[in-house]
Amino acid sequence: MLEGTIAMKVALFVPCYVDAFFPEVGIATLELLERLGCEVDFPLDQTCCGQPMANSGCHQDARGTEALYAKNFAGYDHIVTPSGSCAHHVRDHMTAIEQTPAVQKVRRNTRELVEFLHDVLQVREFPWAEFPHKVGLHIGCATLRGLREATTSEIAEPAFNKPKQLLSAVKGIEFVAPKRIDECCGFGGTFSVFEEPVSVRMGQDKVSDHHNAGAEFIVSPDMSCVMHQQGCARRMGLPLKFIHIAQVLNGARG
Amino acid sequence: MKRVDHAGASSRFIEAKDHADFHDMRLWDLRKKRDAEAIDIPEWEELRGLASAIKEHTLTHLADYLEQFERNATANGMVVHWARDAAEHNQIVFDILEAHQATTLVKSKSMLTDECEMRPFLANRDIEIIETDLGERIQQLDDEPPSHIVVPAVHKLRGDVAEVFARTIGTDPKNHDVPYLAESQRMHTRPYYLTAGAGMTGANFAVAETGSFVVCTNEGNADLSTNLPKLHIASIGIEKLIPKIEHLGVFIRMLSRSALGSPITQITSHFRAPRPGTEMHVVLVDNGRSERLGMADFWYSLKCIRCGACMNTCPVYRRSGGLSYGSTYSGPIGVIIDPTFNLRKYSALPFASTLNGSCTSVCPVKINIHEQIYKWRQIIAERHQLPMVKKEAMRVAGRILARPRLYRAAVQAAATGIDKLPRFMIYNPFNAWGHQREVPSSPSQTFRQWYLKNRGADK
Amino acid sequence: MISRELILERVRRNQPAPMPLPDIPTFDRDLPSPLATFTAALTRMGGVLAEPPERSSLDSFIFERFPSALVICSATPEVRGTRSIESVGLPTELDDVDVGVVRAAFGVAETGSVWLSEREFGINALGFLSQHLVVLLDPQAIVPNLHHAYRHRGFFDARYAVLMTGPSATADIEGVLVRGAQGIRTLTVIPVPALPSTTLSFKEGRTP
Repeated sequence: MLEGTIAMKVALFVPCYVDAFFPEVGIATLELLERLGCEVDFPLDQTCCGQPMANSGCHQDARGTEALYAKNFAGYDHIVTPSGSCAHHVRDHMTAIEQTPAVQKVRRNTRELVEFLHDVLQVREFPWAEFPHKVGLHIGCATLRGLREATTSEIAEPAFNKPKQLLSAVKGIEFVAPKRIDECCGFGGTFSVFEEPVSVRMGQDKVSDHHNAGAEFIVSPDMSCVMHQQGCARRMGLPLKFIHIAQVLNGARG
Repeated sequence: MKRVDHAGASSRFIEAKDHADFHDMRLWDLRKKRDAEAIDIPEWEELRGLASAIKEHTLTHLADYLEQFERNATANGMVVHWARDAAEHNQIVFDILEAHQATTLVKSKSMLTDECEMRPFLANRDIEIIETDLGERIQQLDDEPPSHIVVPAVHKLRGDVAEVFARTIGTDPKNHDVPYLAESQRMHTRPYYLTAGAGMTGANFAVAETGSFVVCTNEGNADLSTNLPKLHIASIGIEKLIPKIEHLGVFIRMLSRSALGSPITQITSHFRAPRPGTEMHVVLVDNGRSERLGMADFWYSLKCIRCGACMNTCPVYRRSGGLSYGSTYSGPIGVIIDPTFNLRKYSALPFASTLNGSCTSVCPVKINIHEQIYKWRQIIAERHQLPMVKKEAMRVAGRILARPRLYRAAVQAAATGIDKLPRFMIYNPFNAWGHQREVPSSPSQTFRQWYLKNRGADK
Repeated sequence: MISRELILERVRRNQPAPMPLPDIPTFDRDLPSPLATFTAALTRMGGVLAEPPERSSLDSFIFERFPSALVICSATPEVRGTRSIESVGLPTELDDVDVGVVRAAFGVAETGSVWLSEREFGINALGFLSQHLVVLLDPQAIVPNLHHAYRHRGFFDARYAVLMTGPSATADIEGVLVRGAQGIRTLTVIPVPALPSTTLSFKEGRTP
């Protein structure tokens, strides 16, 4: 960071399942943002964005959680979360609460980590990072089609891929692509539980596809997808490892 | 009315591994073929926009276009009927057949006639119906509904077809050769075209400007069904209207490319008037369409041109099969229109989705399918059609996640010992989760605990 | 209330706010020769393009290509065949036709389609009961794409008009492509310039 510049103030939102099961992802996110010169706040009373209830159609049940989110993150210009589905929910579906100007601001300013790094900080170099492994990149569907972080195979348009662009700066990384580059992995939130047979079949297909392409690691901005894929891969006995993009960009060696 | 159990049906579908593997592979192949066509046409996305805009214009002026169509079709010598619902449609068709003393009907594929359950209605009145589309015929002979709107028997392997044909039309049960089976159906069906009293089709498009309608097929069965008998009946949903012949340029370019990845169907037929000495009847059918037109969040579903691209791309559909949806319309388009036919019966369908959005991206008329799926979930929850287990789980989750202290207690318990999970999480989710997946390992501390130790209290 | 009035009333009441009708461009691109584009598309769809013979007649050319054909029924005066369509009464009489012969009004390069109506068929069923179809096509009468095709006045005049693209086909059983489903088993296009007397020349533009 240049001398004399004021650090960008950022509030960190850590989704409930990351808080509980993958704290290393939250840690890597915070450390990475600090490395890049941000002053990171972590509102201690945060819980969840409301997505589980809202995606189940239970709009009313989401209200309290959404109100708490809006309250915790009020006033921040930048709210960053290492979860594409959460950012997508906040920006596009957080409508159970009254849409005051303050609420709209919180919604507008919530970004997933890759978006924030790529579009706001516009960082392209991670000189401390090295990840000499064969990597299958998985972008969750909300991150892909909701947040438009990359072009999709359905639509012919000039190609771009924000997570891949950032990861390309990492020394030693080698990308291997599965046959079905952006087919959904089958997590889908409560779908993973209420439509378990199809969810698991999709997850099995996804990890097999990556494995057959030669991937050692699956790297993703979406830990929810990872949780499901990892669960499938472990049960299948596949030698795949999983890591969040924040960890790789922050210097994890794998 | 019993709720369709998509998850249960999908479990059985997946267990039949060879069938499930083929089904997924075959439909993904159609999806890839569609992609190849889309990439090959630089104006593809522009065509999607035009197709969508033409349909939106038409639907917002539908009454005028219906009247224009009727006026022109009638001037051409067609007889136009109006059916408010499925029952009236079936009665009208029967009355036309009876008036012509037609007791055998050869018909090409029409989802609308399936929707109206026309076949059993006519069969009960001693009309012999021959489905002539190969896929529909296989399903008819097997007494099973079609599973896909374009390839009705896609869930069957050749051995299944051999078994059905051997049982019903006398083919050799040991001969599974596909050309042999197709040729057998050709030979078996041909005499019916020559002797049937009436032929029936649906319509892909009805053109207001000329009072004509379009039928797209690959097999030639629709044209045999309609150019031999002296009576042609066409069932047409009111949403099939388009304003002008020139608009067919857009739709015909998109239909088969989206459905099968081929530039056009082998036979694209345009019916404008009956052959001299014959009769052509059109039945315009509502059956809930006019009501759907008034639903602000869902009327875009009426743009559908029945290409099936959404089914081909849907990862859930490919792994569960059309029959698991329990309706004429399955896959993503089925998910958003079936609840209008029966909310309770189809209340599970909007949850047979991961909201991944691929369907919306391939739809040639830009229906916002995955957004409508999301909205249906809200309606189902509001109208108390959620299963009790889910409703309760969400209510409890909503309360815990709205209270920081309660949340921290729950997360603490979850993080340090899966077995100590609060009841609302154990009761359903993790039981199903652990069935075929490992659960995440318990870390030594939550993120929040780490933060407090390493960064101190928040400023 | 009778259904017609009921349905129209419901539709009028529920129609969302009016949305405009877009103009449709013709999406012209630089094509290599229309015939070459047409041929590639036709071949892809399972049809065959056969250059007409230098020396022998169309009749003997067709007999050579279909040596076991007993009934060759022609709807164009350019080919005699064994039966003229004029001699046929009912469509069902065409059940025994091995080869039908017609002249298309025009072709479409984009898709490899040929346009035929009751005028070109004489009897429509000729295009579907025949085991094989031979289509004469004037190479000058090939339009670039479907946008151009749908400007043809035939769509406003003909009782029945069909864009045929290759032979009938199905892949309904296990995705296996079978050419020759229930309609014609093969489609052969012979590029032959049309004599002014034998066909309507292609006309874009609509009848008022």
